[in-house]
Amino acid sequence: MPFLLYVAVFLLLPVGVLAVEAFRAVDPVTFEESWSTANLGAIAEGAYARSYAGSLRLSAITAVLGAVLGLALAFAVVTSRRGRLLRRLVLTASGVLANFGGIPLAFAFIATIGTQGVVTAVLTGPLGLDGFSLYSMTGLALVYLYFLVPLMVLTIVPAIEALRPQWREAAEVLGASRWQYWRHVGGPVLAPPVLGATVLLFASAFAAYATARALVGSSVPLVTLQIADSLSSNVIVGAENLGKALALGMVVLVGLVMVFYTWVQRRASRWLA
Amino acid sequence: MSATSAGLSTAAVAGAGGVEPETPVRAARRGRGWWRWAVFAVLGLYFLVPLAASTWFTLRSRDGVTADVYTGIPTAEGFAENLGRSLLLGVLTVVIALLLMVPTVVLVELRLPRWRPVVELLTLVPLLLPPIALVVGVRSVLAWAPDHFYGTPLAEAFFALQEPALPWILVLVYVVLALPFVYRALDAGVRGAQLRTLTEAARVLGASWPRLMLTVVLPVLRTSVLNAAFITLALVIGEFTVANILGFETFPTWIVRISGSQPRLSVAVSVLSLLLTWALLLLISALDRRRREEDPA
Repeated sequence: MPFLLYVAVFLLLPVGVLAVEAFRAVDPVTFEESWSTANLGAIAEGAYARSYAGSLRLSAITAVLGAVLGLALAFAVVTSRRGRLLRRLVLTASGVLANFGGIPLAFAFIATIGTQGVVTAVLTGPLGLDGFSLYSMTGLALVYLYFLVPLMVLTIVPAIEALRPQWREAAEVLGASRWQYWRHVGGPVLAPPVLGATVLLFASAFAAYATARALVGSSVPLVTLQIADSLSSNVIVGAENLGKALALGMVVLVGLVMVFYTWVQRRASRWLA
Repeated sequence: MSATSAGLSTAAVAGAGGVEPETPVRAARRGRGWWRWAVFAVLGLYFLVPLAASTWFTLRSRDGVTADVYTGIPTAEGFAENLGRSLLLGVLTVVIALLLMVPTVVLVELRLPRWRPVVELLTLVPLLLPPIALVVGVRSVLAWAPDHFYGTPLAEAFFALQEPALPWILVLVYVVLALPFVYRALDAGVRGAQLRTLTEAARVLGASWPRLMLTVVLPVLRTSVLNAAFITLALVIGEFTVANILGFETFPTWIVRISGSQPRLSVAVSVLSLLLTWALLLLISALDRRRREEDPA
């Protein structure tokens, strides 16, 4: 199949090359390349380790917050009585923000709560609030949620719609309370898709580069920003290979999250069965 | 990994939302709707304030309200060139992605159902793999040209892919990034249609495979194809990471470049591109719904 060939050349080959060349180092004196684990050692400490920690923390917090808020919004939209137009508006808007946001979102937020922002002027002027900076981790989290909440809505609405009204009616007829219905029926059915969506949100936040680049340049420790920096650096010899090692580290981390996710899903399905 | 792909693929990336059929979910009982209004109010504010504030940011000026930023967009330096390039890259990506995936999805459905898990898994990978990792790998491969293949036709081909006016390498990478969305849109269409019956009928009546693709499969899948094409187009027009790392100028990298000197212009273009994409998506979803009502099959 041409599909397999294409995927092999443009997906598996680059990742494979990444995995190999992360172990190459350039001697600063002779400029000769050799096999080495120096890159991997370097990314496990100092500023690079901090950038991994920063990325992981930001992604974990925004993924959980995004999942909770997105779930609430999805429920509100799905169970809304006059829901048709609302549903279509929310879902299409989610499609735009979740998939194509990136750069436009960053600039919308700069205009709103950046240094010259419209809302910043209101907050610092009449209200006298101060101290919040868009160009920080908190600021980034605020912007990330702007595309993560819609991503959660898009991902989870089909799962919520698959909850059959009959299940709830059956539970009610049997005398279950609202809490009991969610504890024993709705919750367990929704848990796997909610977990899956949260993992997707995490991966999305972890990989985010455009928004962070446009917002903070490289003043916040994020691994995607570090990779871009090391690729454009002309100062340090072998920085390019360091960038490859950092990228490989991202792939490995996402892989570990997926392994954990698969394990939890297995456990959950065994427990449900 | 089967649990993985099942859990994520069923739900993930409907992309151009609002095209799945609506299933009836019972509306909540009276008196219990307060939390819904709280959710709408809080998130509504969160989502609308930045858009409203950005619009105001572009309209205000020292002498009151003016729309001169918007009237200046078409003639802004680099705007037409970069939007045009991004659109062209988008169209090329759509064409290649569809040429690659429509036959694959149909083949998997009709002839090679055993390959479905493999294709599903492979199309899921680009969704989870950070694009920046992929593009660092692509950069390494491209660096082979001067390093290992210098003077060979292969090196020439590598350089041709990186022509700044029309960087084909971006198209090739964007196809990979679009795979999850294209596959899921097409797969949903194939599952909804009685493709096996239709193709068997066409074969019995003597249609060749190419003819069958053009006159049976494509018309049946037209909504899915439209969906896939639109998501891909929007994805490419908004894509920043790959273009930035490989050092090409496209529409989003242009917005970032001008933001330093013309902040109002960059915000205006951003807001416009978000709203236009949304309007297009609403239009497609409305068209799709009308078609569904006319032809419920």
